[in-house]
Amino acid sequence: MAKKKKDDINFAPRGRGTEKDGAVQKGVDLPKPTKKKHKSLGLTEDNLKAMYEQMYLQRRFEERAMQQYQKGKFGGFLHLYIGQEAVSTGTVFALNDDDDIITAYRDHGWGLCRGITANEGMAELFGKKTGCSKGKGGSMHFAKTENHFWGGYGIVGGHIPIGGGLAFANKYNQNGRISATFFGDGAVDQGALHETFNIANLWGLPAIFAVENNGYSMGTAARRHTVTEIVDRAKAYGMKSKVVNGMDVFSVYEAMKEVSEEVRENSEPYFLEIRTYRYRGHSMSDPQKYRTKEELDEYQKIDPIERLKTYLKDNKIMKDEEIQEIEDKVEQEVLDAVEFADNSDFPDESELYDDMFAEEEPYFHN
Amino acid sequence: MAELQFREAIREAIDEEMAREEKVFIMGEEVAEYNGAYKVTEGLLDKYGYKRVIDTPISELGFSGIGVGAAMNGLRPIVEFMTFNFAVLAADQIINHASKAGYMTGGQITMPIVFRGANASAGQLGATHSVAFDSMYAHFPGLKVIYTSEPDDAKGLLKSAIRDDNPVLFMESEQMYGMKGEVSEEEDYIIPIGKGKVKREGSDVTVVAHGKMYHVAKQAAAQLEKDGVDVEIIDPRTVKPLDLPLIVESIKKTNRCVVVDEAHPFAGFAAEIGFLIQREAFDYLDAPVQRVTLPDVNAPFAKNLLDAWLPSPKNVIDAVNQVTYRN
Ligand SMILES: Cc1ncc(C[n+]2csc(CCOP(=O)(O)OP(=O)(O)O)c2C)c(N)n1
Ligand SMILES: [Mg+2]
Repeated sequence: MAKKKKDDINFAPRGRGTEKDGAVQKGVDLPKPTKKKHKSLGLTEDNLKAMYEQMYLQRRFEERAMQQYQKGKFGGFLHLYIGQEAVSTGTVFALNDDDDIITAYRDHGWGLCRGITANEGMAELFGKKTGCSKGKGGSMHFAKTENHFWGGYGIVGGHIPIGGGLAFANKYNQNGRISATFFGDGAVDQGALHETFNIANLWGLPAIFAVENNGYSMGTAARRHTVTEIVDRAKAYGMKSKVVNGMDVFSVYEAMKEVSEEVRENSEPYFLEIRTYRYRGHSMSDPQKYRTKEELDEYQKIDPIERLKTYLKDNKIMKDEEIQEIEDKVEQEVLDAVEFADNSDFPDESELYDDMFAEEEPYFHN
Repeated sequence: MAELQFREAIREAIDEEMAREEKVFIMGEEVAEYNGAYKVTEGLLDKYGYKRVIDTPISELGFSGIGVGAAMNGLRPIVEFMTFNFAVLAADQIINHASKAGYMTGGQITMPIVFRGANASAGQLGATHSVAFDSMYAHFPGLKVIYTSEPDDAKGLLKSAIRDDNPVLFMESEQMYGMKGEVSEEEDYIIPIGKGKVKREGSDVTVVAHGKMYHVAKQAAAQLEKDGVDVEIIDPRTVKPLDLPLIVESIKKTNRCVVVDEAHPFAGFAAEIGFLIQREAFDYLDAPVQRVTLPDVNAPFAKNLLDAWLPSPKNVIDAVNQVTYRN
């Protein structure tokens, strides 16, 4: 074998430089969407209308949030979920309402889907006391535990074991609930995922682990940060797995329905790679030089909300005017939320010390 | 002198050391193709290539440990953490391995490695993204800890850190990367680790402050000057080893001291300095040493709570008034 030239040594991922010139690079390859129609999936027309309203709400909520951020109404990070709405919506409609969901910091869509109102969500972004986390958490830490939404977490991979723990408690209590843990493609490289997968299968935890592979981890394309297909992570741990089209709400619903039944029935973990795409930058200050406009266009052409809208019309489930009605209603809801957030009070300064310990009057060190 | 942003001063230090020594390389999340999450490493990939400027997956434990192994085996890694909040995942490598391998093998191993990145709070980033870790790492034997306040210090000390044959934690601030300052143009500009600096001379009270807190102390001092209080500010620059003689010398002159620290109070930098001062300069003190720190509570998101949480110039002024009995 020829000796490698010294200059050739590099620690960049294998396969770099093999991209074909001129081709539109794709962050993720989507599997074919399900061919099933709503009836054979067990979805009613009312379900579809509710799904549409939910997805549209997530979209408009974030578009308005972005405007408010740009106006300087609040600071910190703002990671938008735009483009990925089919994942949260398909999942929440498929799971039982008391199944436990936990996710990473890209959490607004998940929160709205699990019953955080637009008011509570917007107020949280503004850091107001009327927010879902009383203004203590902000964009990254939406939560509504009474609805079994355990929140968004900001340390990449940190909540994956916690999702396993939610399932552990469910199994311990034999309450018939399962957990579903969502995380980004960047998180699959963390040791936390690997340790959890092993334990989860060892102990038969009723847990769905789902990566929302949106093609990028900040500025790094998935194929530059991880080896093999992500879904194959499951193989090493003997876990069942599946790739899902995350740009189609029916496909997500179908997969989640099937998988959740298996996980519940057999008390075993399951790994899903849900392929989707993030339309916006990582957070608000991302010049997005790592991808082309053309690539983004490719995915926007198959927008999950537009897709559902087309289905509703083509199948004569809703007319244009009815769809418009829903959109107007949502638009108003979101505008009201902005006003609500703006008019809400900041937390009282005395609340700084609240929520630290379980006691009424805990010890603080000074 | 050249006027440089903090990020440029850090980049110059890395660049000069990489040019000087082939064994120096840098790795971390987004350091190469993205040119650094905060543009610290901008241009370095173009200059040094994929061998020495390396993007890592989000695997802090893994790549830090690979850094430790590479250091043991003759290289001089610079491991960048996007922030030190994420280095918590690598604490096993830093605390259990980098700081101890040399000792427990009876001196057979040397560990020339730098762990660097942003430390402490940077606006409304919430509880998990706002922690100051310098005191925590300084707790452990075998580690050196640097957290500088100005570009000049950063350049000189980072070059020293890269040349040091021990594990060094070099801390920066997201909020200071764009801050400009005069930086020495001296060729091969080195500041020895462990040397503090009197950044403002004064006779009434000594304020010890490092990192971002130096700037808080500076604002307080400007305000206090108007009230006729002459503040001396000591920036230790290096948390460990600590330039205690410089602090003691100042207290012998002012007889009063306030320590400002961006960490929580329990067993932190301020607590340690307070203890050392009472041991070394007890007879010179005219008032108990006071400290300004974060409260013993997690970082809140809400803007008003965050403002209340962070040490402010007002907090420093209050503490100075207390040690000078002006209230
Ligand atoms: C342990 C840790 N390391 C680094 C970061 C900084 N960081 C925040 S998000 C992110 C990228 C994660 O991408 P991915 O998991 O694909 O999720 P996405 O943003 O695409 O939803 C990085 C590196 C972090 N928050 N936590
Ligand atoms: Mg991603």
